[in-house]
Amino acid sequence: MLKAEIFVYLKKSISDPPGIAVLNSLKSLGFENVEKVRMGKYIVVYLNENDIEKAKEQVTLMCEKLLCNPVMEEYKFNISEE
Amino acid sequence: MKFGVVVFPGSNCDSDCYHVIKDVINEHVEYIWHDYNEKLDFDCIILPGGFSYGDYLRAGAIARFSKVMPRIEEFAQNGGLVIGICNGFQILTESHLLPGALIRNKNLKFICSDQYVKVVNNKTPFTNLYKKNEVINLPIAHGEGNYVVDEATLQEMIKNEQIVLQYCDKNGNINEDTNPNGSILNIAGICNKEKNVFGLMPHPERSSEKLLGCEDGKRIFLSIINYLKSR
Repeated sequence: MLKAEIFVYLKKSISDPPGIAVLNSLKSLGFENVEKVRMGKYIVVYLNENDIEKAKEQVTLMCEKLLCNPVMEEYKFNISEE
Repeated sequence: MKFGVVVFPGSNCDSDCYHVIKDVINEHVEYIWHDYNEKLDFDCIILPGGFSYGDYLRAGAIARFSKVMPRIEEFAQNGGLVIGICNGFQILTESHLLPGALIRNKNLKFICSDQYVKVVNNKTPFTNLYKKNEVINLPIAHGEGNYVVDEATLQEMIKNEQIVLQYCDKNGNINEDTNPNGSILNIAGICNKEKNVFGLMPHPERSSEKLLGCEDGKRIFLSIINYLKSR
């Protein structure tokens, strides 16, 4: 079994309203040195698969097809044995 | 005329659209289930508002992979009229039938209010009964209506007159103060290059009867009929 940890986040050029809200909230809590906050999604997919290379290909397809919208988002992932 | 209203799990404006077509403008309308997988024999398909598949992951992202969607893509590619309202608009961008994407509103609030909108392109099958630059009043109700698109595509869209509706005030001013959700260029509705696919965040089906306070949205549906009859 392989575990893919996938991070989906907005592209740098896209404004991130939830991130801005958290930034303002952190500042109001006194963390004034916080410069920027970006929010994203963390998705874990367990694969009944032993071949890491094959899993990488599949996870890339999953990201490009469904998990990420390439118009506004980017992704990265780590694959490890579970 | 034969209209079809697609029903996804989570659609909640499907019966409003059905009602407007059947009882207000008196045309034939049928529901289309999300797993319908036969050729679509309709004159116009409506993707209604709602929260298809709970909008988990992203608004419209899961609905885009329903069984009916390849049929709708085929229908649109053959020149069929497709209109996506609110969640329907989000589904159309996710399925690349329309450019761009819709992200969280700038102020993070779910907005439910009346909103002035300017008809900047009245030369489409969906807006031909409005005057150019006419200011109309349509209700909006969304949390993710902030339209984004890359600069190169935006320039293409401007050149091809794909921007159809823009948020404004009652005098037609378009600026940051008259933008409810942060959309680029105050965009409220766009069409594809071929002009047969239209997506908009406001809800014309909720403003098609005097009883509901405003009839400004009705002319979108009447424009579709006008276009189909003159074709």
